[in-house]
Amino acid sequence: MAQVSLRKIVKEYEGGVQAVKGIDLEIADHEFVVLVGPSGCGKSTTLRMIAGLEEITSGEIAIGGQVVNDIPPRDRDIAMVFQNYALYPHMSVYENMGFGLTLRKFPKDEIRRRVENAARILDIGNLLDRKPKALSGGQRQRVAMGRAIVRDPKVFLFDEPLSNLDAKLRVQMRTEIKKVHQTVKTTTVYVTHDQVEAMTLADRVVVMNQGIIEQVGAPQELYHHPATRFVAGFIGSPAMNFIPARLENGAGALRMHLPNDIVLPVPASRTQRYAPHAGREVLFGIRPEHLTEVRATDKPNIATFQATPEVVEPMGMETLVHFWMQGAEVCARLDPAVPVEPGRPLTMAADLDQMHLIDPVSGRVL
Amino acid sequence: MADGNVVMARGMPAAVAPPQKGTLHRIARRRSTLAFLMTLPLLAVIGGLVAYPFFYALYLSMLNKRMTRFVGIDNFTFLLSRETFQAVIWQSVLFAVSAVIAKALIGFILAHVLHALPAKGQRKWRGMLLVPWVIPPAVSTLAWWWMFDPSYSAINWVLTTVGVPPVAWLGEPSWARFSVILVNVWYGAPFFMIMYLAALKSVPDQLYEAAAIDGATGWQKLRYVTVPMMKNIIAITVLFSLIVTFANFDIVRILTNGGPQDKTHIFGTYAFQVGIQSGDIPLGSAVSLFMFPILAVFAIFVLRDVTRRNKEMTG
Repeated sequence: MAQVSLRKIVKEYEGGVQAVKGIDLEIADHEFVVLVGPSGCGKSTTLRMIAGLEEITSGEIAIGGQVVNDIPPRDRDIAMVFQNYALYPHMSVYENMGFGLTLRKFPKDEIRRRVENAARILDIGNLLDRKPKALSGGQRQRVAMGRAIVRDPKVFLFDEPLSNLDAKLRVQMRTEIKKVHQTVKTTTVYVTHDQVEAMTLADRVVVMNQGIIEQVGAPQELYHHPATRFVAGFIGSPAMNFIPARLENGAGALRMHLPNDIVLPVPASRTQRYAPHAGREVLFGIRPEHLTEVRATDKPNIATFQATPEVVEPMGMETLVHFWMQGAEVCARLDPAVPVEPGRPLTMAADLDQMHLIDPVSGRVL
Repeated sequence: MADGNVVMARGMPAAVAPPQKGTLHRIARRRSTLAFLMTLPLLAVIGGLVAYPFFYALYLSMLNKRMTRFVGIDNFTFLLSRETFQAVIWQSVLFAVSAVIAKALIGFILAHVLHALPAKGQRKWRGMLLVPWVIPPAVSTLAWWWMFDPSYSAINWVLTTVGVPPVAWLGEPSWARFSVILVNVWYGAPFFMIMYLAALKSVPDQLYEAAAIDGATGWQKLRYVTVPMMKNIIAITVLFSLIVTFANFDIVRILTNGGPQDKTHIFGTYAFQVGIQSGDIPLGSAVSLFMFPILAVFAIFVLRDVTRRNKEMTG
C-alpha cells in the first residue's frame, strides 16, 4: 500500500506533441482515484507513465515515497488491468493469475493460496483450469483483476477496464471493482472516459482535458461546484446547459438577460459574488435536472419562463425536452406525468440556487 | 466450402423453391452438390498434379527395371540393403534437419532484429534480407558454385588474405556437406524470417506490457510470451521447410552433383541419378517415395498439435 505522487509530469512525443502538460497530483494511501476525460486528454498516458510503460519527458513520479522514474515496471510493485484484459491465451486462468508470482519465484503453495483466495473474492474458483478463450468478457475481466489481486501490489492501475463489456455487464463489474477495493483497500488509479464510472467508483475524480488537470475533487464536489466550463459540461448526464446571457445591474439587483427576452434575477445569496462581473457577457449554466416544469415547492429562488419544446424524449422515469435559445440547445428534465408535445409552449421553472455563471473567454466558473 | 455454400444459397432462389419431384433433380438442387461442382476444377487440378503422379510413382516403384513385371516391394528392400542408399538416408536427414534448424534459428534472430528496428528503416532492411529468397535458386547456386570454385574461390581468396589456408569446399566430403547446407540455409532463412516477423507483429503489445508488469525480463518475455504465441507458425514453417528441404534437388545437383563419392547425395538427387541417369525408373521412383512416410508421420503430429493449440487459443 502506498501513496502516489505526480510532480510536474510532462509527456512529449516525437514532433513536439505534448500529451501531458506538467500535471501535479497527490494520491493518498488506500485512495481510489479516477482519471476521467475525453479521448486524447492524456489520462491513459498518465497511467502508463505511473506503470512505467511510457517514459516521462520531465517531472517526477513517486510510489510509496520512492521516485520511480528510472525503475522498470517489474520493480515498481504495481499491477495493471488492461482494457483488452491482456490475458496470456496459452495459459490457463490459474497460470495467468499466478504468472507474476511464478516469475518472482514464490513457493508453489503460496501461489496456490493466493490464486485461490483471489478466485474466491472474484467468484471464479470454477474457472481456474480453463483457457481465456473459453471465458466470457466479464469472466476474462475478473481474471485480469485476479491477476492484479494475487500480486498484492502497492498500487492497482486500471486502464478503461470496462470499455469492452456490454452495458449491463459494465454496471455489474463496476460494483465488483468497488467491492474488491473495499476488501483489499489497495491504492487505485483508474482511467475511464465514462463519467458515470468515475462518479460511482472514485473517492476523488481527476478531470483531464488536453493534457492538463481541469479539476480534482470528490464526485459530489465536481457535480455541484465545477471549476471550469469543461468540468461543468463533462460531469453530469445529460450535460449542463450553457445559455449565452448578459449580467446587468439594475435597481440594486443583478439580473441575467437571456435570449428570447427572458430576464432572470440573480439570487441574493450570489449577488456579492457576481457583482464585479455586472455588464459583462457570461454563460448561464444550469443542469437539466434544475430546469423542470412548474412544481409546487417551497424553494425560494425558482424563476419561470416560457419555452417551446422542439424535441421530446420520454425516458419512462422522466421526460427530456429540448429547445433552442439563440443557437444554444437547452435540455430540461420533466416529470413523465406532464403532458408535453413538440411545438406547444410550456412554462419552465429554473432553480436558480443551482445556477452557475461562466466567463465565456477563460471558461472559469465565476 | 462453407462460404461456397452460403453464396450458393443466396444466389440460388430456386434452392428455397418448393421441392421438385424426382431424386436426381433433388440431388442436383442440393447446395452440397452445387458446392461440389464448384470445387470440381480445383479437385481436378489436385488430382492431375498430385494424386496421379503419386500413385503412378507408387505403381512404377513396384515394377522391375524393364518395367515388364510386378515385383512388389523388392525395389524397397533392395535399396535398404545397399550401403550407398543407407548413406543417402543419413545424408538426407542430416541435410534437411540441420538446414531447417539453422534456417529457423537465423530466421528467428533476424525477425527479432527487424521487429526491433524503427518502422521507418524496417522496410528497407526487410527488402534486402529477402533477396536470397527471391533469386531463382539455380542462379544463386551457380554464384555460390563460383565462390566455392577451387581455382577462383572468392571465399578462399579472403581466407588466404587473412592467413588461413584455402579449403576444398566441394572436394572434401564434410566441407561439401557443409557447403550444400550453407547454401540451403542462405536461400531458405529469409522465408523463416518473414514468417516469424509476421507472427511477431501479430502478438499484441499489451501481452508484453502485462508481462513487464508481472515482472518478466526480456528473456522471460521471449520464453513465456513470444515463443508460445509463435508456436503454431514455428511448427507450420518448420514442417513446410522440412518437406521442401527433404525434396531439394537444385542446390545439390548444381554444387556437387552428389559428390564427392556420393557423400552429398540426398533423396532427390539420388533418385534422379538412379532413375533418369542410370535408366532404372522403378528404382528411382522407390527412392523418391522413401521420403513420404517419414514426412507424413511428422506432418500428422505437427498438424494435430497446431489444430489443438488453435482451438485452445483463438476465440
